[in-house]
Amino acid sequence: MDQVIGSLNGVDFTLGGALLELSYLLAALLFVVGLRLLSHPETARKGNFYAAAGMFLAMVTTLLLHKDSQGEAIPLANVWIILAALGVGTVLGWVMALRIQMTAMPQMVSFYNATGGAASALVAMLEFPNTDMGNVGSALATLLGLIVGSVAFSGSMLAYGKLDGKVGDTVSGWMKYLNLLLLLVVVGLSAYMMASGQTAGELSWALYLLLGISLVYGITFVMPIGGADMPVVISLLNSLTGIAATMAGFIYSNQAMILGGILVGAAGTILTVLMCNAMNRSLLNVILGAFGGAGASAGTGPEGDMKEISMSDAAILLSYSKSVVIVPGYGLAVAQAQHVCHELDMLLADKGVQVKYAIHPVAGRMPGHMNVLLAEADVPYSQLVEMDDINTEIANTDVVVVIGANDVVNPAAINNPGSPIAGMPIINAHFARNIIVMKRGRGKGYAGIENELFFDPKTRLLFGNAKDTLQKLASEVKSLH
Amino acid sequence: MEQIFVFFFTYREAIFIIALSVFLGIEVISNVPSVLHTPLMSGANAISGVIIIGGIILVGHADASKVSLELILGILAIIFATLNVVGGFVVTDRMLEMFKKKKK
Repeated sequence: MDQVIGSLNGVDFTLGGALLELSYLLAALLFVVGLRLLSHPETARKGNFYAAAGMFLAMVTTLLLHKDSQGEAIPLANVWIILAALGVGTVLGWVMALRIQMTAMPQMVSFYNATGGAASALVAMLEFPNTDMGNVGSALATLLGLIVGSVAFSGSMLAYGKLDGKVGDTVSGWMKYLNLLLLLVVVGLSAYMMASGQTAGELSWALYLLLGISLVYGITFVMPIGGADMPVVISLLNSLTGIAATMAGFIYSNQAMILGGILVGAAGTILTVLMCNAMNRSLLNVILGAFGGAGASAGTGPEGDMKEISMSDAAILLSYSKSVVIVPGYGLAVAQAQHVCHELDMLLADKGVQVKYAIHPVAGRMPGHMNVLLAEADVPYSQLVEMDDINTEIANTDVVVVIGANDVVNPAAINNPGSPIAGMPIINAHFARNIIVMKRGRGKGYAGIENELFFDPKTRLLFGNAKDTLQKLASEVKSLH
Repeated sequence: MEQIFVFFFTYREAIFIIALSVFLGIEVISNVPSVLHTPLMSGANAISGVIIIGGIILVGHADASKVSLELILGILAIIFATLNVVGGFVVTDRMLEMFKKKKK
């Protein structure tokens, strides 16, 4: 029996080999259980720990038990090199993870995703010379690993730059044709490499060309996507990294890598689709449709003036209301205003005002981002209300306070079929009796569209950085008796 | 046409694993509340760092007696993958810790 199994995998049975495979099985199970637990609030932290334990187990056993095709274990010198590399990565990763502000979380996830993609691309590139190009399976796995890994790397780095405000959005109509062309070149070149009958060594020029084009494609793929679509892209890139890892798993016929990678690929795809649904858009539409300024020119902009409100008037209005709904957006996040915001809501609660938070599924730069930020500020979970639930009671709300949110409260999504965000579900802030909008300036939102809510006769604005504004407002409220 | 069957037959085990894992991945996270989207994405992201095993195998059997481009790039791959794994899990834990704290 052992002989049969051994010959199937092309290696002889050894105890170490069996132990290694067993540890991979255990690691794969820990990944599955970890993900399962991660999707429930009470068990999420445990799930994360399980997945991490699975990863640690697989790393240790690989280091100790892995043998190459000649049956040689990893030499001690190499073990030291690997441990050193692991040490460097661990220290860097850990320090970055502890230092990062919760508001910058989307960038951080993008960055980690980029490093994962880079690692996959590097592994595929280095394994290429050992690849038998005549063998469809291994050639395909290596090339796909390289392509997908590089696209995930350069795309995630650009997403990181965009989220961090280092890179702006570039929108132009010809971009999609360029993307299509690059994609065709990538597919064509890969097909040529597999069909040419040349050995891997003779094809190294094509490999570097493929690497270069894939990196460029990653950039041009993410370049025109921006605005509210950013979370979708991060999630999509995340699933690409998983697929790249799966391809590498093929190269090494490593089941833990195949399963871990494909789990992430599938989970990432589902998350992507969930997010697209939340915005009422198809994935293709997100990828092809250039979102933002260009599309908005068609409509007539909202007319009228934006009316400001003084700090003391705002404080009085809020203090003598029965119910207040706060709609937080990315402006709250960048200003690090979540703690002051919670302070204000507690002051109001002391005065008998009922305060709730309305959470749009894609508020912020990542789905669920607002929940994380408000949790950081100790806002009780029961005060966070999801979009559909808050919309049923918003007409009976005295004041809606929009803090640094824009597109998620733009009535154009309902009223104006020509708007780029038409059809996106929004929080119906415009049905409230009064609306106070905190805004940095008179500019448009991240999606580049005018918001008619700001010109609504019921709306009054407080200009300035969200944190400063909230601080002043809180002290005004405190001074009222 | 025959080539496709040969391909399937040669890689049937891996194809089985992939096909079933896709359903497993979808099933496992299908009912996730939107509160957990960010931590879940970040946790899944850390799992995709499983490429680190590939890096260890690669560098493990590389010629370490002299410094070569392959060795350096391999080491780089391990460092990158470790960043992904360690950073991903730690950051996810930090986020989830906040959810915990608030429950009390």
